[in-house]
Amino acid sequence: MIHYIWMFLLLSGIIAAASKGQIDLVTAATLSGAKDAITVCFGLISILVFWLGMMQIAQDAGLLKKLAKLLGPIARFLFPSVPANHPAMGYILSNMSANLFGLGSAATPMGLKAMEELQKLNPDKQTATPAMCTLLAINTSGLTLIPTTVIGLRLKYDSINPTEIIGPTMIATFIATSMAILIDRYYQRKHKRKG
Amino acid sequence: MFEIISLISKWMLPALVVFIPLYALFKKVPIYESFIEGAKEGFPTVISIIPHLVAMMVAVAVFRDTGAMQFYLQLLSPISNWFHIPSEVIPIGLLRPISGVGALAFVESIYREFGPDSFLGKVASTIQASSDTTLYVLTVYFGAVGIKRSLYALKVGLWADLIGFIASVMVCSLMFL
Repeated sequence: MIHYIWMFLLLSGIIAAASKGQIDLVTAATLSGAKDAITVCFGLISILVFWLGMMQIAQDAGLLKKLAKLLGPIARFLFPSVPANHPAMGYILSNMSANLFGLGSAATPMGLKAMEELQKLNPDKQTATPAMCTLLAINTSGLTLIPTTVIGLRLKYDSINPTEIIGPTMIATFIATSMAILIDRYYQRKHKRKG
Repeated sequence: MFEIISLISKWMLPALVVFIPLYALFKKVPIYESFIEGAKEGFPTVISIIPHLVAMMVAVAVFRDTGAMQFYLQLLSPISNWFHIPSEVIPIGLLRPISGVGALAFVESIYREFGPDSFLGKVASTIQASSDTTLYVLTVYFGAVGIKRSLYALKVGLWADLIGFIASVMVCSLMFL
């Protein structure tokens, strides 16, 4: 599916530029897109280096095991294929907690660490496992209590009540995340049946 | 209630940065060495993400900057009328899964035109806040560990985005109209 989306984005862009007679736009866009990607990656380096260091301390101190024990029932329900005492559980739960409390910068390193641990359980290193898909579903549906970026932006535009949207956001994100988990379950079953 | 949550959110990060090493020190973990050992992995991880992110963001930039996106947005505007969704927020919903920055630009234009406290401003805020950039998350997470076949992950993410979008519009209509 990702192949088709990629091709669709590129092809429709080229057709649009050609039909306007401004094919140069494509050249400029490829350059600026690549540059943006590298900028994002550079931003990621600082965050990843710092938080992966922090997470290693938490791991060595047994904090992640504690978290996994505390929130075990939730994790076992969401990730039945991951052994309860596997290190992946601790990272998954810290990723979910970081998302929930709006610590976006810390959530990504924790999520990547969780992916790395899930990859160790994966028999086919090039194909995603159902557990990985569940982790993705939770992360893409934007589970959060405090949308810090948007509140900051509302403040910048002189909102009288910038936090007013926290309530509806919580409800909407809760609906989206629970539906994502349900849809994920549905596809998981379908995938299993196919073998 | 919201004040308490935002206070927790504000204090959480600094508290963690102090609490994790303090607790570890108490458990006799060599915290400095631990930190260095974990932090070492940061750079190689980003390096493995770069090709994935460049591929995706170039395609998104071509789609956006050539006007192809504008074309599809116009094509889809009748849908908003059928479902009584304000047409101004449709671009945000469509862009949210593929480009977080792109969606944010539309949110800002709504803030400028109608103000952040208008109904449209609140709907736009909620749509932007209640979801994450699916394509970006997918690219980064799978790219970091070298997964090539993502199974149904993209489908699930896109369905969740659609549901989150509809839920945002409906919740805001119920609360603010």
